[in-house]
Amino acid sequence: MNWSEFFSMGGYGFYVWTAYAFAALILIFNLYLPLRRRKSVHRLLREFFRIKGQTR
Amino acid sequence: MQHKYASPKFFYTLAGQLTPWAATITALLLVTGLYLALFIAPADYQQGESYRIMFIHVPAAWMSMFIYMMMAGAGAVALVWNVKLAEIFASNCAPIGASFTLLTLATGSLWGKPMWGTWWAWDARLTSELILFFLYIGYMALQASIDDPRRAARAAAILALVGVVNIPVIHFSVEWWNTLHQPASVSKIGAPSIHPSMLAPLLLMSLAFTFYFFTVALMRMRNEILERERHTTWVARVLDPES
Repeated sequence: MNWSEFFSMGGYGFYVWTAYAFAALILIFNLYLPLRRRKSVHRLLREFFRIKGQTR
Repeated sequence: MQHKYASPKFFYTLAGQLTPWAATITALLLVTGLYLALFIAPADYQQGESYRIMFIHVPAAWMSMFIYMMMAGAGAVALVWNVKLAEIFASNCAPIGASFTLLTLATGSLWGKPMWGTWWAWDARLTSELILFFLYIGYMALQASIDDPRRAARAAAILALVGVVNIPVIHFSVEWWNTLHQPASVSKIGAPSIHPSMLAPLLLMSLAFTFYFFTVALMRMRNEILERERHTTWVARVLDPES
């Protein structure tokens, strides 16, 4: 298969690849958000339990 | 109601076990779907290669409505039976649903420009999908504006339930108003008017998006459960096995 032909998408390359790139961006972003939140929640809660342990 | 499966502690563990499986299935479906969509499916006889945007656009549009129905349904369950887990699920549906709605609008625009000659038109289908986007945004804004999480969830659930009327409007808009957007080719009565070589990647991509949704929803729910249940001993044990 010819790759430059594949990427040109019969002249619609800009529209097709922008659409697929946007989809990739949306999927990656929605995966990144809970991963980042997990980190911060774990860090915050460890701190929370540390302080709670000290005051007891 | 506090059934075993609806207990946050049980669900936290179960979700942790299910997430890797859901993620793996998502990846497999996505790879196969993309391969069929970009390399195997033939060019369309009218639209040439541009129609390949459909393999993103249509599954994203289905997801935008599916997630909304899940969100409103879970909201109703939370309202009627006071199930905390349903409440957490509903509120975590909103940002994912809003993303898929945005993806639908953006890919529709990118498809509309070369095919219709315009990025946007106030066509019934496009307008009702834009309203869906605003419903998601309104839901999130309303929830964020109320401090008490339980009251916030109740108010948001009512908004979501009122907004359900928009879903059949989106679905039937192409039949009720004969404007720019093309009518359905898959979900119409009788056999779908789409060739199997194009239908297969379309369905695979839809399944991939569905599993993706459940993967990230489970991840989000686990985070929120930990935060909300931080005063319990089981969360302390999860985070600090020493205690």
